[in-house]
Amino acid sequence: MSKKANTSLIMSDAASRQQRISSLLGQAILFLITSLSTITVFFIFYFILKDAIPFFKSEGFKEFFTTTRWYPSGSPAEFGALPIFVGTGLVTLGAIVVAVPLGIAASVCLSDLLPFNVRQIVKPVIEILAAIPSVAYGFFALVVFAPLLQNHGGAILSTGVWIVLGPIFALLTMVLGDLLLDKLRNTMSPKVATSIVFPILGTLSFLFLYRLSANLSGVEISSGTNALNVSIILGIMALPTVVSVAEDALQAAGRELREGSYALGATRAETIIKTIIPASVSGILAAVILGVMRAIGETMVVWMASGNAARIPEPWYNMLQPVRTLTATIAGDMGEADHVTGSSRFHVLFAMAFCLLAFSFIMNLISEIIVKRSRKKLGK
Amino acid sequence: MKKQILTATAALALAGAAHASETIVIDGSTTVGPIAKAFAEYYMAANPEVNITVSESGSGNGAKAMVNGTCDVAIMSRPMKDSEFKAAADHGAQPVAHVVALDGLPILVHPSNPVQDLTVEQIRKIFLGEISNWSQVGGPNKEIVTISRDTNSGTYETFAGLVMNKEKIGEKCEYVGSNGAIRQRVQTTPAAIGYAGLGFVDKTVKALKVNGIYPSPETVQTGEYPIARPLFMYTNGYPKLGSSLYQFMTIHLTEDGQEMVEEIGFVPVTAY
Repeated sequence: MSKKANTSLIMSDAASRQQRISSLLGQAILFLITSLSTITVFFIFYFILKDAIPFFKSEGFKEFFTTTRWYPSGSPAEFGALPIFVGTGLVTLGAIVVAVPLGIAASVCLSDLLPFNVRQIVKPVIEILAAIPSVAYGFFALVVFAPLLQNHGGAILSTGVWIVLGPIFALLTMVLGDLLLDKLRNTMSPKVATSIVFPILGTLSFLFLYRLSANLSGVEISSGTNALNVSIILGIMALPTVVSVAEDALQAAGRELREGSYALGATRAETIIKTIIPASVSGILAAVILGVMRAIGETMVVWMASGNAARIPEPWYNMLQPVRTLTATIAGDMGEADHVTGSSRFHVLFAMAFCLLAFSFIMNLISEIIVKRSRKKLGK
Repeated sequence: MKKQILTATAALALAGAAHASETIVIDGSTTVGPIAKAFAEYYMAANPEVNITVSESGSGNGAKAMVNGTCDVAIMSRPMKDSEFKAAADHGAQPVAHVVALDGLPILVHPSNPVQDLTVEQIRKIFLGEISNWSQVGGPNKEIVTISRDTNSGTYETFAGLVMNKEKIGEKCEYVGSNGAIRQRVQTTPAAIGYAGLGFVDKTVKALKVNGIYPSPETVQTGEYPIARPLFMYTNGYPKLGSSLYQFMTIHLTEDGQEMVEEIGFVPVTAY
C-alpha cells in the first residue's frame, strides 16, 4: 500500500519532462493570447493613423482645427471641425456636472452613511444602470426626454437644480455649520450656537436655490434634442462607473483612518470631508476620469438625441442648443464616406477617430498615474 | 493592371450572363434598392432558373459598376451625370434609362402649426437659416427648428438638389438618421419642420402644401408637386426583347409591379 503511494508521487524522467513541456506550452499559449490583445491596441493606433494622415496631408491642420463650417459632402467640401470639438467638449462637460456631484455624493453615502445591509442592495441597483444598452438610453432620450424638455423645459430645469445642487448645498451647509460651531465654541454654548447657525445657513442656501430655480422655470426650450438632454443622459450613464470606482476608493481609505479621526474628536462630517475624501482624492479623480471617458466615447445616445447640428452654440455654454459630437459624426458619416474610399471625406473621419483615441489614451494614462500614486500614498 | 483585371471580370460576368442559368446583377442606390429587391423576389418566384442579386452601394457606385460592366442593371435615385455617360461610352457601354417609379418629399410640420402652405423658395430660406421664425411665414412667434436627414441618404440628396439648389443647409439644422426619426421629432416638436418620404405621412404630422400643391401620389405623378423626382434603372443598351432582363425591366409597367411600388411608399409612373 505505502509502496504504491510512493511510486505514484515520484515521477519518472519522461513524465516530468512531459509535464514541463506541457506547462511551457500552456504558458506560451496564454502569453500569445494576452499579447494578442495588446497588439490589437497597437494595430488600432496604426490603422487609424494610416488613414488619418492622408487627410492632414491634403487638407492641412488649420481648417480642421480652427474653422467652423462642416460640409464634408458639399462642393467645395469644407472640413471645419471646430464646432464638433466644441460640441464634444460641451456634452462631456455637462455629463461631468451631472455625474460627478451625484456620483461622489452617492459613493460617500454608500461607503460611510448607509448601514451595511442597505448598501448591499443599493450598490448593485446603481450598477444595473451600466448594464442598460446605450440604444435604450438613446431611444428614451429621443422619444421621451426630448418632448418632455420641449413641453416642460422650465419646470424640469428648476427641479434639476434642486436635485443636483440640493444635496451639494445640504452637504455644504452641514460642513460649514460644523466648522462655524467649532469657531463659536468659546463664545457661546453649543446648544445656542447650533440653533442659530444651522437655520441661518439652511435658509440662505434654500433662498439661493429658490431664486435660481424660479429664474430657470421661465426658460422655454425650442428643441429637445440638445446638449442638455444628452448631457443628462450621459451623466446618468457615467454614474455607475463614477460611483463604483469612487466608492472603492473611499472604502480603501480604511477603518483605521476613520477610527483615528473619531478618536481625535472629529464629527462624522469632519471625518468625511477632512479625512476620508482627502485620503481617497486620487481614487475619486480616477473615478471621474473613467466617467469622462464613458461619456466622451458614447455614440448611440448622442447620434440619436444631440440634434447633430455642426455649430458652436451661442453663447458657447448654451446647453439648450443642438450640438454634434465626434463620435456621432464618425458613426453618421461613415456609410456614405465608404463609397468614396480614398477621398478627404473618408479620411477626415479617421482624423477625428485619431483625435478621440489620442484623447482617451492620454486620459487613461493620467488615471493610471493617479491610481498608482494613490496606492503609494496609502502604502499599498 | 487594375483595369485589365476589371475588364477580365467584366468579360467573365458577361459570359456568365449569356449562359442558360441566367444571372442578373443589380447595383446602386439605397433608395431604389427596395423596389429592385421586391421586383427581384417577384421575378425569381415566377422564374426560378434566373438568379438576381441586388446590392445597394449608392447611385454613384451603381453608375461605376455599369461603366465597368460589373452589373446588368444600375439603380439610381438621380439621372446619370455627363461624366458617367462619357465614361460609359469610353468603355463601350450604352446606358439606357428606365424610370421605374416616382418619389415625392412631403414637407412635414407639427399638427398644431397653423402654417398650411410654403413656397419652395421659403423652404429653401428656412433651411438656409435666412427665415428663422415661424412668424416670418405667417405662423406663431416661435423659432423654427429645422430637421434634415443625414447627408448619407438619398432623401437628403433629393432635398439638396430640388429645394436647396446645391446651396449648403444652415449650420443650425439638426440631422437624424432615418425617415422614421424625422417623423418622431416633428410630431413631438411644435416648432419643427422636416422632410420625409411620401410613405411617412400620417395623422401625427402635417404635410404642407408646397407652391399651393398638396403632396399626394396624384400630384407627384402629374408633376404638380414640385419636390418630386423619378427613380431610375439603367441597362446597357435596351434589353433584347423577350429576354429575362427585358421581362425584369418591364415589371414596373404591370399592375403587380405598380402595386409593389406603391406598397414600398413610392408612386408608380403610370396610373392604373
